[in-house]
Amino acid sequence: MKRARVAWGGAIHGASEDHGRVRLDTGALADESALVWLPPFEPRTIFAVGLNYADHVRELAFKPSAEPLIFLKGPNTLAGHRAFTPRPMDAKFMHYECELAVVIGRPAYQVSRVQALDYVAGYTIANDYAVRDYLENYYRPNLRAKNRDAATLLGPWLVDAADVPDPMRLALRTTVNGTVTQQGTTADMIFGVAALIEYLSAFMTLGPGDVILTGTPEGVVNVNPGDEVVTEIEGLGRLTSLIVAEVGASSCAGQ
Amino acid sequence: MFLGMKSVWLSLHGKPTPQLAQLDLASGRLQLAGAELVAADLCCEVPVSGTVYGTALNFRGALAALGEAVHAAPYLAPPRAPILYIKPRNTWIGHGASIRLPAGHDSIVVGPTLGVVIGAAATRVSAASALEHVAGYVVVNDVALAHSSYYRPAISQQCRDSFCPLGPWLMPRAYLDDPDALGIRVYINDALQLQSSTSQLIRPVRQLLADVSAFMTLCQGDVLLVGLPEGLPQARAGDVVTVEIEGLGRLTNPVVAETPGRAPRSAT
Repeated sequence: MKRARVAWGGAIHGASEDHGRVRLDTGALADESALVWLPPFEPRTIFAVGLNYADHVRELAFKPSAEPLIFLKGPNTLAGHRAFTPRPMDAKFMHYECELAVVIGRPAYQVSRVQALDYVAGYTIANDYAVRDYLENYYRPNLRAKNRDAATLLGPWLVDAADVPDPMRLALRTTVNGTVTQQGTTADMIFGVAALIEYLSAFMTLGPGDVILTGTPEGVVNVNPGDEVVTEIEGLGRLTSLIVAEVGASSCAGQ
Repeated sequence: MFLGMKSVWLSLHGKPTPQLAQLDLASGRLQLAGAELVAADLCCEVPVSGTVYGTALNFRGALAALGEAVHAAPYLAPPRAPILYIKPRNTWIGHGASIRLPAGHDSIVVGPTLGVVIGAAATRVSAASALEHVAGYVVVNDVALAHSSYYRPAISQQCRDSFCPLGPWLMPRAYLDDPDALGIRVYINDALQLQSSTSQLIRPVRQLLADVSAFMTLCQGDVLLVGLPEGLPQARAGDVVTVEIEGLGRLTNPVVAETPGRAPRSAT
């Protein structure tokens, strides 16, 4: 089952995929382009993993670590499918990151990796933008580079875990204006989905709605206002975003 | 109603929706729905609901403690913009609830700080108008396991369950004239262990709000912790830790050893 949250006709609806179209919870059928897409669920704690693909680590000239590099993000940064992501006027290097997002379904504390996938509710696609100009070496990657408004897209669909038999064998791909710029497979993660759940739950309780963005493979390039960026993951769908010049907009989920 | 009473937002244990209580700060007594309460005896829920952002290295003494290291690897330069981190929901506990010392560790580091609670979304606000976006203030104990590096996010030290006591109440902004002149004290088992003041902030509250909201929106209900002073004390299992902020209140939590292999309270 693929589920979404959309705005249509002035109200927020649940929705599901129906033969390439979108079935609203009212029963009505709609075209994808007629809807405003929200993140497909309301996240609680948002985890992001840095440097989790061997090829991307080489690309950034870092040594892989014995422990995953994990940081947290706030709800200000979330947006849905077809969102507009602002690019700061003074930035020289802003890039997308196509990532498998893992959504936790029930409380998990000190869970072994053998059981870890039993705690997963489903999967979605994340496009987790970074503005490298603002990186500093304190709690790197710092929030000024990685937690900007409307710079973490989730969606379009939350796909039930039962429909993703092996999350560690999914192809990922990003196109910018139709040209393929990033290609990889989740098989190349340094810390896989089960290992990340084991690692986090060893020292903190994960809860329903927590989401782990599992990192991105090599192939990140600069994007500019007007660019259309599509991040795709096999079996999960295609998540589209449009880069716009930053203006004075705010972004608070639910407000 | 007595002269000097303050109306504060309080959530008693089992009642997550905050209620207005009348507080006499000097005596530590409250009135709530006709009942008389003693603040020190209360067990509370957390009086906030948004995202809790911590600020690193915003006390002069804390940055000075790094010394010349800020110019060397891995930092290479002093911080430019505010350095933030997040204390997620599993870390939140109210006044009176227990801080759990993880198995295999001797002590926690106590992190007294002022929490600025956002009342209206703040995007690119000026320092001059920043306080208009503030609903009020809360006392916070930003607990961590000891760590010395600021290079990578320290979630395994900062994000343990119960490592962010907040409370007892939310004090509306109108009761505090100047958030940049508040005394901060830590008591462990009633012995004074640390004294500082928000006058030591590198970015005072208004400037911090302006500089954070320059790169991300602070949403209604979010809490921005202003930073931790230098010389943080440590507490062990069996200790009772109190963080006091002048004009705001006293947040008290006991430290208990975690029982190995036992599941904690359910995550909510």
